[in-house]
Amino acid sequence: MSTLLEVSGVSVSFDGFKAINNLSFAIGQAELRAIIGPNGAGKTTFMDIITGKTRPDSGTVLWGEKSRSLLKMTEAQIARAGVGRKFQKPTVFEDQTVQENLLMALENDRNPFAVLFWRPGQTDFERVEEIATEIGLVDALKRKSGELSHGQKQWLEIGMLLAQEPRLLLVDEPAAGMTPAEREHTTRLLVEAAKTRAVVVVEHDMEFIRRLDCRVTVLHEGSVLAEGSLDHVTANKEVIDVYLGR
Amino acid sequence: MRKSFLAQNPSVLIFLGILGMFTLAVTVASEGLGLGLISTSFVKTLGKTLVLALIAVAMDLVWGYAGILSLGHFAFFGLGGYMIGMWLMYERTRQIVVDSMANAPIPPTDQEIVDAIGTQIFGVVGSSEFPAIWTFADSLIIQLVLIVAIPGVLALVFGWLAFRSRVTGVYLSILTQAMTLALSLYLFQNDSGLRGNNGLSGLQNIPHLDHVPQSVLSVWFLWASALALALGYLFSAWIVSGKFGSVIRGIRDNEARVRFLGYSVEGYKLLLFTTTAMMSGIAGALYYPQAGIVNPAEIAPIASIYLAVWVAIGGRGRLYGAVIGAIFVSLVSTWFTGGQAPDVNLGFYTISWVDWWTILLGLSFVAVTLFAPKGMGGLFDLWAGRRAPERHGADLGPDQGALREKEANE
Repeated sequence: MSTLLEVSGVSVSFDGFKAINNLSFAIGQAELRAIIGPNGAGKTTFMDIITGKTRPDSGTVLWGEKSRSLLKMTEAQIARAGVGRKFQKPTVFEDQTVQENLLMALENDRNPFAVLFWRPGQTDFERVEEIATEIGLVDALKRKSGELSHGQKQWLEIGMLLAQEPRLLLVDEPAAGMTPAEREHTTRLLVEAAKTRAVVVVEHDMEFIRRLDCRVTVLHEGSVLAEGSLDHVTANKEVIDVYLGR
Repeated sequence: MRKSFLAQNPSVLIFLGILGMFTLAVTVASEGLGLGLISTSFVKTLGKTLVLALIAVAMDLVWGYAGILSLGHFAFFGLGGYMIGMWLMYERTRQIVVDSMANAPIPPTDQEIVDAIGTQIFGVVGSSEFPAIWTFADSLIIQLVLIVAIPGVLALVFGWLAFRSRVTGVYLSILTQAMTLALSLYLFQNDSGLRGNNGLSGLQNIPHLDHVPQSVLSVWFLWASALALALGYLFSAWIVSGKFGSVIRGIRDNEARVRFLGYSVEGYKLLLFTTTAMMSGIAGALYYPQAGIVNPAEIAPIASIYLAVWVAIGGRGRLYGAVIGAIFVSLVSTWFTGGQAPDVNLGFYTISWVDWWTILLGLSFVAVTLFAPKGMGGLFDLWAGRRAPERHGADLGPDQGALREKEANE
């Protein structure tokens, strides 16, 4: 399996504090990966680097078959290249309806002029409905997303992510604030998505990760502490010391 | 399944209808073409108010929808006025010069005519040479193009520099304000080539239309202003109704999120900023022939701040709100500052509205911001909220409130 994303030797520091320290990471075309680590381990900074929000001081981030460097691209270009991101706090456009949110996320030409003249067609509405069904919001399409419950907003954001049809999904704490049944559903969705694309899940909840049943990367103080199956890493002495022991 | 543009936006039809009726009513009541119930100067005031509503719509697009608080849109408005003013002044002066030289024993050469026009126009600033920026002043077509081109290019360059550096929020507002201040200070100089603080005057006299009285011209300009407002409103409603509208509202609410969706926020801002600058230029080109004079004071930052106040009072994020705000505040302002409002005698102090109007306006701005952030346009929500919900299916019961087929099945 060829690699989709390869991060090597990346370091970044904020005011002398090394948030990411010589971190290396790689993920394949269709792979599910969980990232765990204590607070301040650099999980969010890691995602910021991949999505172009933060520029690393050193190291390389290579993307796709042609090994393009993501470091020279803007956030929007990286997103168009196929990196989708879900934030920890659900960020949907509260002033707009669920349908508008999904239409905006839908994979289409992002050029301002093209968007100006673009009007949704039958296929677009069908695709939106399909995604809305998948995330259980088909009855809420015409509602303002600000009216949705916290869990529903999480769903909507996951739906927007799917609508973008990214090749790599970065998901920050997807299960936060969800009921057990909803967690179950999220798990299924992520596992399903990982069959055709790469999915990186940052999560604190061990039970959730166990259900994902995938390789786990443990971050600590900005670099990889251990990598392997959940059982493998949880048996690791260092991991127990820094993370599980607390 | 998809409804047409107008069916989706019923407020656009209502707006156009009201605007049409208003224009008709003023025409019928005007001195020039109707019963003479409204003075020519008031027709001009109404015409000017309509173009102010147009720039307010532009401001609403950029501020209310995209969240860019530009305090510089009156610079584009003024530039539009200057561009049409150059042709008006040149052509009108040329006519006068040609007429006065017609009886000379030796017919004047072209160069002599141009020199005489130069002396006439630039005499007040102690010059008689045409500066380079007047190169195309003799061509109406080119000056008409410049009405949109000059504000457009200025907005494009300024916006490109500002948005690319990701200047946002209050810093961007300050930057736009600095731009308009710099432009106004530049134009105040006599050697700016646009007659310094005298500005361009006599713009109400339209060349080749000397035989048309002002009372009729004022109605023509009212029609032109109403048409421009109608087209500008339709265009803006079209922009915000589609996905572009979704994206710019997204930029207003969460710029970073829009970026992570793959939209280049800077491109969207730049396109919108430039487009609205062009709309402002058109509005200015219609305003100043009705006002008669354009000078650098019009471009001063305070004008753009007033514009923001209109939009805030009228209601941000809805186009008719901007129109209501601009019309209401500018007409009330005319009433107060025109000395028509009766002074209030408190015994120990007399409130003269000419002086106190600005304070009243400032207080209303604060009050609206604090207590009614939706502005006057928000009043329509109260009405819309009371409307019956859209129900599908046939009637099941005897009256309006009864369940309908579809609901009953649910």
